Amino acid sequence: MILLQQILNGLTIGAVYALIALGYTMVYGILQMINFAHGEVFMIGAYVGMTVLLMAGPGSGGVLWLTAAMAAAAVACCLLGLMMERVAYRPLRAAPKLSVLITAIGLSFFLQNAVMLGYGAQDRYVPETLSVRHWGGAGGAVVTPMQGVIFAVSFLLMLGLQGMVYGTKLGRSMRAVAQDPLAARLMGIPVDRVIATTFAIGSALAGVGGVLFGVHYSTINFHDGYLTGLKAFTAAVLGGIGNLPGAMLGGLLLGLMEGLGAGYVSAQWKNVVAFAVLILVLLFRPHGLLGERLAERA
Amino acid sequence: MMKKGALLLLLLALPLVDSNSYHTEILSTAALYALLALGLNIIVGYAGLLHLGYAAFFAVGAYSYALLNLHFGWPFWAGLPAAGLIAGLAAVLLGLPAIRVRGDYLAIVTLGFGEIVRVVVTNLDQWTGGPNGLMGIAHPAFGPVRFGVEARPYYWLLVLLAAATAWACVRLRRSRIGLAWVAVREDELAAGCLGVDALRMKLLALSLGGWVAGLAGCVFAAKQGTVTPDTFDFIQSVMILAMVILGGLGSAAGAVCGAVLLSVAPELLREFSTYRMLLFGLVMIGLMRVRPQGLFGSR
Repeated sequence: MILLQQILNGLTIGAVYALIALGYTMVYGILQMINFAHGEVFMIGAYVGMTVLLMAGPGSGGVLWLTAAMAAAAVACCLLGLMMERVAYRPLRAAPKLSVLITAIGLSFFLQNAVMLGYGAQDRYVPETLSVRHWGGAGGAVVTPMQGVIFAVSFLLMLGLQGMVYGTKLGRSMRAVAQDPLAARLMGIPVDRVIATTFAIGSALAGVGGVLFGVHYSTINFHDGYLTGLKAFTAAVLGGIGNLPGAMLGGLLLGLMEGLGAGYVSAQWKNVVAFAVLILVLLFRPHGLLGERLAERA
Repeated sequence: MMKKGALLLLLLALPLVDSNSYHTEILSTAALYALLALGLNIIVGYAGLLHLGYAAFFAVGAYSYALLNLHFGWPFWAGLPAAGLIAGLAAVLLGLPAIRVRGDYLAIVTLGFGEIVRVVVTNLDQWTGGPNGLMGIAHPAFGPVRFGVEARPYYWLLVLLAAATAWACVRLRRSRIGLAWVAVREDELAAGCLGVDALRMKLLALSLGGWVAGLAGCVFAAKQGTVTPDTFDFIQSVMILAMVILGGLGSAAGAVCGAVLLSVAPELLREFSTYRMLLFGLVMIGLMRVRPQGLFGSR
């Protein structure tokens, strides 16, 4: 019984990790660059969602307001992603790869402190949106409606992204830029715009992930972006960075490992379990579970 | 050589000229980070191994001295080389499995090890005091001179250690070992074909970097008198890495300048009180946009 429950809880948070991991993996696939400020985008999405839900008033949220919160977070994070790319990453595209790490850290500090100054350093409570009546699940495990929403939203978004990347012109240009930016430019693909769009889409997904995270745990803090971002990045690497289905698989697996680790080992060792499994996977399958491309240098 | 000697004397004389104890405290922090940045520069700058868990070796050094001192009564001067050796050994032991993966994957494995070390230290209560850490670690004494809690003697010690490390780094970089590191960094396959044992070179860089972090950790523990696990989190590793990159990868002088800049800048911004870290973030972005290769970077 507890096993089933832990699996369910783990998969729920894993779905959120997967949404954030997609942003890491898309940017990495195209620029071979780790967007270390991505976790802050997620955190800001959570705060935007909370703000919208607070406008609804306590206890009177409902599906409509939740949708509004996700839409607002997606739009806000989309703009934020575009701005980040423009200010901190595009000017350094020709620079040594590690220098964008510094601008990303700078961005992280800036965004974290901006949120802290605006909303305060204490934990913020996210109002309840759905009646927390439990849906009875199989074998005594309990599924809440919110978990259902989290699964539904994240899987729809992942399917949509998959369809976009493999079924549209924009997706084809993204894949072309990922393979060879120079050749893509010669074929008339507006490389800069494609890269900016990649940031925008990844950030919007992270924003929605932030709202889901907020309603799932019902408290958020301006520090949340750091650890959750780290875990989502881990998920992306676990699945094979640069690989979209890999990010989804990695996110779900990481959530699952965490859930089981928290249930059977202890909550304190939860993060060790996640990282230890990650290291083992990388040692025996150095390019992640679904990754095939060889990542040469940092 | 003369110029460098004069510079060293000037640095050593700084707390005598400016007796403000707050300034000396900041200076000793800057010297500590200079030492750490020099050590990480060997790993990231020379050997090209992107390491995101360097604070773990810093932690190993600090806890080594703390435990040796508290349980076995080791004095500081015995604890210093011991902490360096243990941290260097830890770097090799954690490096052996990690070295097989490359690039960004190495980064994430080292990050994982860094987090694991911190969580293990936090949760092994009976040994490490858990989240509260260890207290009552002895301050060093040099003959009849006791270091106490004042920052000045630690500053002198740290400057001397950093200067010695910088000197060793510059010499190493010009030696066969340094050339081998750069060869491995630039093209591992080609270096291997020319007879460079890449694995050994990488492990050597890791162990030397770990040794330096161990020394820094030992001095840190002795200066504070306490160690707590939250000092050694991921942000700490990232900050040290930021210092190395800001200074310019592979440059010892750059590592020192980056360390001084990033440890002094937040203090200079203190008058903006709550906006301090906000501005600090902007400064980091601005600096990299002006000089993407780092202050002393060549590439």
